[in-house]
Amino acid sequence: MLGTITTEDIRRAIAAGTSSVAAPLKSSVDRRVFLKVASLGAAGFAIGCSEEPGAPRKSKQAPAETAEEAGPPTFPMNAFVRVGADDSVTVVIKHLDKGQGVTTGLTTIVAEEMDADWSQMRWEYAPADAATYANTAFGVQGTGGSTSIAVSWEQLRKAGAAAKAMLVAAAAAAWEVAPAEIGVASGKLIHASGKEASFGEFAERAGAMEPPAEPTLKSPQNFKLIGSDLPRIDSPEKTTGEAQYTIDVERPGMLHAVVAHPPKFGGKVASFDAKAAKKVKGVVNVVEIPRGVAVLAKSFWAAKQGRDALAVEWDFSEAETRSTEQMFADFKELSKGEAATARSDGDVEAAFADADTIIQRTYEFPFLNHAQMEPLNAVVEMKDGAAEIWTASQLPTVDQQVTAQILGVAPEKVTIHTLSAGGSFGRRAVPDSDFVAEAAMIVKATGGKTPVKLQWTREDDMTSGRYRPISYHVMKGALNAEGDITAWSHRIVAPSFIKGSAFEALIQDGIDGTAVEGARGLPYAIANMNVDLSIADMGVPLLWWRSVGHTQNGYATETFFDELAVAGGKDPAELRKTLLAEHPRHLGVLNKALSMAGKAPSGAGAGRGVAVHESFSSFVAQIADVTVADDGSYTVDKVYCAVDCGLAINPDVVKAQMEGGIGFGLGAIMREEITLAEGEPQQSNYDAYLPLRMDEMPDVEVAIIPSSEAPTGVGEPGVPPIGPAVANALRDVTGRSITKLPIGDSVAV
Amino acid sequence: MVAFTLNGSKTSYDGDPDMPLLWYVREQAGLTGTKFGCGVAQCGACTVHMDGVPVRSCSMPMAAVEGASVTTIEGLDPEGPGKAVQDAWRKFDVVQCGYCQSGQIMSAAALLAETPQPTDEDIDAAMTGNLCRCATYQRIRAAIHAAAKAGDAETSERG
Repeated sequence: MLGTITTEDIRRAIAAGTSSVAAPLKSSVDRRVFLKVASLGAAGFAIGCSEEPGAPRKSKQAPAETAEEAGPPTFPMNAFVRVGADDSVTVVIKHLDKGQGVTTGLTTIVAEEMDADWSQMRWEYAPADAATYANTAFGVQGTGGSTSIAVSWEQLRKAGAAAKAMLVAAAAAAWEVAPAEIGVASGKLIHASGKEASFGEFAERAGAMEPPAEPTLKSPQNFKLIGSDLPRIDSPEKTTGEAQYTIDVERPGMLHAVVAHPPKFGGKVASFDAKAAKKVKGVVNVVEIPRGVAVLAKSFWAAKQGRDALAVEWDFSEAETRSTEQMFADFKELSKGEAATARSDGDVEAAFADADTIIQRTYEFPFLNHAQMEPLNAVVEMKDGAAEIWTASQLPTVDQQVTAQILGVAPEKVTIHTLSAGGSFGRRAVPDSDFVAEAAMIVKATGGKTPVKLQWTREDDMTSGRYRPISYHVMKGALNAEGDITAWSHRIVAPSFIKGSAFEALIQDGIDGTAVEGARGLPYAIANMNVDLSIADMGVPLLWWRSVGHTQNGYATETFFDELAVAGGKDPAELRKTLLAEHPRHLGVLNKALSMAGKAPSGAGAGRGVAVHESFSSFVAQIADVTVADDGSYTVDKVYCAVDCGLAINPDVVKAQMEGGIGFGLGAIMREEITLAEGEPQQSNYDAYLPLRMDEMPDVEVAIIPSSEAPTGVGEPGVPPIGPAVANALRDVTGRSITKLPIGDSVAV
Repeated sequence: MVAFTLNGSKTSYDGDPDMPLLWYVREQAGLTGTKFGCGVAQCGACTVHMDGVPVRSCSMPMAAVEGASVTTIEGLDPEGPGKAVQDAWRKFDVVQCGYCQSGQIMSAAALLAETPQPTDEDIDAAMTGNLCRCATYQRIRAAIHAAAKAGDAETSERG
């Protein structure tokens, strides 16, 4: 079930989007078209903002429904900026904030170009409208790949600068002066004569002005807000319990739905008995849907009791029934066969034949669950042949297309109200819309009579698949008599979650980029290098998981590199410096981290490990200091982290993403894994799937490399280096490599 | 019939006595700041105070709430340590996705009410039951220490 987006659409969209990233808007004609289209797009959703200036800022996450709620009028300057008569400036956010802070970062870019005062800034999520709000790197509206800031940078600077120019033009016309005589500072329009006005006074007239063809952007040396540690714009409501998530949405007459899903992936309902379920007080209806059996009730608790009382017979004839052990055995066999080439430098075979020493290791990486704190959910309501959906939509275009098809309406009849996500880490960007589609199926099956809130339990969430893929890696390295690395071979066996999905066009020449990223681009100067991929079949639905292929490939490459360095009698950090001589940004973060870390700790059981990795165009080096106790238990005491993400819009948010990425990645390598027995996940809640907790969080110190390069993402790049940095530190103590994750609680043999 | 106090107001409940307090708070009282995370008292997103003690409301049956005084994030005493905790959370920009933070704040407020000057070990003991998948732990720790300092300063001013 792939919705109506064809691979051809995606290919075209991606092709178009990619070129516009490289050269955002090629000519002034393009810019005019852009701004005109953009302002048309905005006209349809000018919504009031109920906050008073100076009042605690609240996100406006769903359109106001009544006139009383609407508040002072606001006027669109373009698709991304509205100015209110009350002086508020609202930025329309086309990306989903799942914690990474894009609502703050994107709002900052607009505020900077408008010379607005931070206290007048507001934000709200964009509606689903790919024509106006596509991610220019994807061609569809969506958030992922740590792209939000990078792809919005030019676009929002121009939107902000255009809005400012329109306000200035309106004031100039009213005051009968030349626009050039009007300056803007802290949200005030100031004429040379001393005459002054706030944005709100000219909001309406500015909205009617012709957008400038070429808005003048500020010179970076005049940035006041960008580069400063502004507080997160969503911090107030997230510390009072007022922030609204999908789980908090309530609609008149709404029923709560809990679904019985097949316990094996690919299972189907054979038959079911709903008698006991229907006896539960509060249960209203039980319906079969293509994904299971849904129980609808007046409360979540009743729906869950009803679901638990269902008796369902499942048909497993097409289900995945292998254990994870069997899958790894199958992958090992595959590793001996044919593979598609992702990179081929020099003559690897000859280099191995000439080698003084050959080292080979195999690596195994487990399934990982995103385990975002908010169990997945969506609210769907049908009214007068149109649908409204409330969810933390990470791919609005896809969610809109897929649900439209299920509900039998045109995509433009589906309105998506995006709410902030209680975490995602990739879990909400699903090519077939997954849980959002499931909510639509329930509404379809019940004739659209009542709004439905689908709420998964933690167990539903954790056993739903969409895991980070398992993978099997064969790493082989050659050293000459001097201990130099002369050849590097990396074979990856992994399933592909792109294959067979709406994004299949991303697979080229047998290479799924999400499986080889971080391996194919290995930056070290090694003359002979092979990276290849064998795609394994898999009946378990899989997905991108914070930093995607980099999670495995960053670990495999950076631990194996260390091992080769040590085997060759070289210091791993020094060898990295030597072999990264042509990569100044890698080198920059590595040198910074090394200087932050200083002398390595020398106590009993103390060890240090280094890793450096580029992902999503950002560069991160991390150094981990660990202590291993006599019984093999270990602690990660300190992590030094240096990041180069181009210009840091908000340095404190960048630091927070590094801290969070480190904690997220550390929990994963220590203990997280989903294992399957006869195809069924063996972990279903936080008692068995074990993310990092407070008492294990290391002290993290972050430095940001000053840069005038265009900004790149930070949501994911903090994750890949922590695993190898810690594993290298543990090997520094024990002398043993860790090639199978998770590590577990002990490194004792 | 279960009679109890919720954020200072007397209230009563007459439904399934096995239903967890969480669902009363969220769906019947409409106080949605308290979140559902796991349903088995493993993540702490649903933490509320019952007679001043932090409890996981997802696993607290309504029958056990009889006669208790329940406080949710919406009912935190503006004069108490909870306010200092919220202020410190903002000062350190602790939140990321924010979903677990009501529970984190309730656990931290209860810790400071009991132990006004907690050590790192006290913080570990009080906070390890609260998962944060965004791993904001370093800032949570810093914010608790800051809130403790602020509380200390306030006490000496009043004293």
